[in-house]
Amino acid sequence: MIFRALIPAFMFAILIVFFWTGLSLDPSKVPSPLIGKPVPAFELPRLSVPEQTLSSEQLQGQVSLFNVWATWCVGCRQEHDMLLAIADENLVPIYGLNYKDEREAALRWLRELGDPYAATAVDADGRVSIDWGVYGAPETFLIDRDGIVRYKHIGPLSAEDWENELRPRIQSLLDNST
Amino acid sequence: MRVLLAALMLLPLAVVAIDQDPPMADPQLQARYEKLSNELRCLVCQNQSIADSTAPLADDLRQQVREMLIAGRSDNEILDYMVERYGDFVRYRPAFNDRTWLLWVGPFAVIAIALVIGVRVVRRGMGEVESD
Repeated sequence: MIFRALIPAFMFAILIVFFWTGLSLDPSKVPSPLIGKPVPAFELPRLSVPEQTLSSEQLQGQVSLFNVWATWCVGCRQEHDMLLAIADENLVPIYGLNYKDEREAALRWLRELGDPYAATAVDADGRVSIDWGVYGAPETFLIDRDGIVRYKHIGPLSAEDWENELRPRIQSLLDNST
Repeated sequence: MRVLLAALMLLPLAVVAIDQDPPMADPQLQARYEKLSNELRCLVCQNQSIADSTAPLADDLRQQVREMLIAGRSDNEILDYMVERYGDFVRYRPAFNDRTWLLWVGPFAVIAIALVIGVRVVRRGMGEVESD
């Protein structure tokens, strides 16, 4: 009899588990199917020197960050100082992908705010970004030495994100293969 | 008053299509295009399909679907292309796989459990009536 009285409590406990996990998921963060896969192949003109290109092959052989940004993107402005700080640390190079932007505006942005990128590729029509599964800049990918995507951060990078999500992963990637 | 009402009722018909591009030349391709773009989720505005969304990304993805259709790719190839890039979430009807089985089976399992419990409760009730 006591068991039957506990049934509602038991069901309530199940509901709590479902709602707890369900509601703490952020639906705007869609897990990337790219994790664990090689970076999508691309070759795009560079922002500062359009005669030169940045390609997926240049992302091989080193641990790097790949950051998708645009001047029209509010979150990108928000994370820009963080990117500059990361670049200052010289731990890993940051490669930029300038997403559906105007060249002049992008160049002015880097001139005025500082340029954290080792190089920036220009994805004017957004094709390469589709291959990367980009749906909302800013997005930041962590790429290992073999050119495999290891992690994706969606939305502006904060100092906490850097310390808690990215830096430990980068550190272990750097430690592993030396 | 009547005229105003009539005008208001006609207003929805005048609403501009979201898809700004002209329909495709081949009506069969156009039909497949409409079906596909209604089945793909726009990840920027997640409760809209790419057919319903004015987001620039939805526009790009519609364009991509068109080009792949013209290039003679099958519906499945196009859906796979999107899933490879954006994950199962991009489809409103995701494929049945090891990550989505609970989503597909779950509701039926819950109904089955509810039926079993319901039948047992009703039977027990009838048993009690008889024994009285």
